[in-house]
Amino acid sequence: MTRSDPVRLYRTVRLIRRFEERAIELVRSGAIVGGIHPYLGQEGIAAGVCAALRADDLVTGTHRGHGHVLAKGADPARMLAELLGRVTGLNRGRGGSMHAADLGVGVLGANAIVGAAGAILTGAVWARRRRGDDVVGATFFGDGAVNEGMLLEAFNLAALWRVPVLFVCENNGYATTMPVDGAVAGTIGGRAEAFGMPAAVVDGQDPETVREVTAAAVDRMRAGGGPELIEARTYRFDAHHTFEHAVRLDYRAPEEVARGRSRDPVEIQGGRLGDADRAAVDAEVESVLAAAVEFALASPEPDPAGALEHLYASGLVARTGGG
Amino acid sequence: MPRLSYRKALTRALADEMARDESVFLLGEDIRVAASNVTAGLLKKFGPERVLDTPLSEQAFTSFATGAALAGLRPVVEFQIPSLLFLVFEQIVNHAHKFPLMTGGQCAVPVTYLVPGSGSRTGWAGQHSDHPYSLFAHVGVTTLVPATPADAYGLLVSAIRHVDPVVLFAPAGAMDVRADVDFAALAPVPIGKGRVHRPGADVTVVAVGHLVHDALAVADELAGQVSVEVFDPRTLYPFDWDGLTESVARTGRLVVVDDSNRSCGIAGEIIATVVERVRLLAPPRRVTRPDGAVLPFAPALDRAVQPGREQLTAAIQLTMKDG
Ligand SMILES: Cc1ncc(C[n+]2csc(CCOP(=O)(O)OP(=O)(O)O)c2C)c(N)n1
Ligand SMILES: [Mg+2]
Repeated sequence: MTRSDPVRLYRTVRLIRRFEERAIELVRSGAIVGGIHPYLGQEGIAAGVCAALRADDLVTGTHRGHGHVLAKGADPARMLAELLGRVTGLNRGRGGSMHAADLGVGVLGANAIVGAAGAILTGAVWARRRRGDDVVGATFFGDGAVNEGMLLEAFNLAALWRVPVLFVCENNGYATTMPVDGAVAGTIGGRAEAFGMPAAVVDGQDPETVREVTAAAVDRMRAGGGPELIEARTYRFDAHHTFEHAVRLDYRAPEEVARGRSRDPVEIQGGRLGDADRAAVDAEVESVLAAAVEFALASPEPDPAGALEHLYASGLVARTGGG
Repeated sequence: MPRLSYRKALTRALADEMARDESVFLLGEDIRVAASNVTAGLLKKFGPERVLDTPLSEQAFTSFATGAALAGLRPVVEFQIPSLLFLVFEQIVNHAHKFPLMTGGQCAVPVTYLVPGSGSRTGWAGQHSDHPYSLFAHVGVTTLVPATPADAYGLLVSAIRHVDPVVLFAPAGAMDVRADVDFAALAPVPIGKGRVHRPGADVTVVAVGHLVHDALAVADELAGQVSVEVFDPRTLYPFDWDGLTESVARTGRLVVVDDSNRSCGIAGEIIATVVERVRLLAPPRRVTRPDGAVLPFAPALDRAVQPGREQLTAAIQLTMKDG
């Protein structure tokens, strides 16, 4: 089992937190167009899960996906450059916030179609294991995704064929503005159990707990066990999407938000470090992100003449749309 | 020379590619017993690891194939019914097709979607008789519709070897076609290359899939009055515009026969592209299914909605009269 490394875990949580805060500044300044779905408040889940994975294990993320990509090991500077649509971005500026991918570190992509990634990851892990690699996968999705039929089909396939995929539900209480109680009949864990998959509810605000529960599941899966599900209970500290910063939507009472924000994964994990260690990590993260922002802003914009480069892996050039 | 049926040609292509390349595997519904009779004998030859019977979860197994392709395998997914493509349009278009561009060229998705028995199966009615190849051409997925056994073999081989997703429609109306074939001469057919089945001087008839055989029959009937050239595009996307332009530049007239619904069907695109390139002697014509067609059950009604030989004959004669 992977061992606890509180400093490292704190660094990941802190990196994601500050990355998101800097990204929001860049949304406000206009450098990031289209906005983002901030992962603020949920950092402990990506950090805890990925801390229990190996470098060659595979993950998929969501529309709220920066944390997943960073926690798995992508370069924050290239990630930020991607959000700015620059050629130096992970996806050469072709993906943006909701599609950031880094196959080199096992991220098969953030995926912006809710509930769609689980089946893709199941196929990828199955294929890698058929080749003899003992990898496992973790696929992140929100509470909204548990009502998507295609995800439930993926539960069935993974369980039926015993593909070692950890289904990680980030239950932040809302799908956009729809509260989970208004959308989920039965329970999230019950959906997994219906397919014979073990399911656990974990405190998603505590990175260490998430890591421990994941590590135990990964051990079982790597030893030949089938898929499992964890429902990480969490709270989204900020907007569903940054558009909400301009358009106030009335669906969460201020007291509820205050209560949710009172359990902060950065503080929970940070409290486990001595002051000096914590200050050193914070300083290092600041300098990494300062360099990332500088790198991203200084990176060239892609040439519009190549707008459809990479459309086909074959190199086929599509007909242009002009007269 | 030995006779080869279209259906057997598909089987042979699958067997040859599976023998040649370990990474090729099949998945679909009831393929181990070969309910569609295309995968006959393959379970015995290649074992259950490479011939996967799936539960009825089209969306999950289509994306499972995407994942397996991302991880280096070459899945061939068989669909029992052409109309099932509507269920998995999301998985093919939003994921398999978009991944190379969205990731900035980090990956390829070499999946073949095989649809044996597309179009009307006579008596299978509304939900089993669609021919949605124009939809795939519209979104830019490589789309093949072979008409003959040799092309069925050669295009399926090329599809499996291709690095991007490919949909291969095997029309029900062509599945029982047999032809004299020199087995030693069976070879991959290049994607994106049309074929003139019958040279002619007065009019080019573009016929798609099984309709090639109708066009050839009509050309025979009209021989003596009109010299008809029959052009079979074989690939609808990417289309062999140069090959077709060369033909129409010679004949000066164009008629298209296409089993799509009329509005936004491939016939419209063929006519538009040709008139952009060639000054015709007469207005072009097309014979298609009606706008928005749903195939009715009763055999006479089913036939009434499909493009037929009389309509094609009339269209050719009118085109000749027009100039
Ligand atoms: C299939 C699908 N339906 C709707 C949307 C629009 N949409 C984007 S995010 C979202 C809410 C998702 O909620 P949840 O899964 O709980 O994730 P969260 O945003 O809370 O992280 C919706 C409805 C989408 N992207 N995909
Ligand atoms: Mg949610």
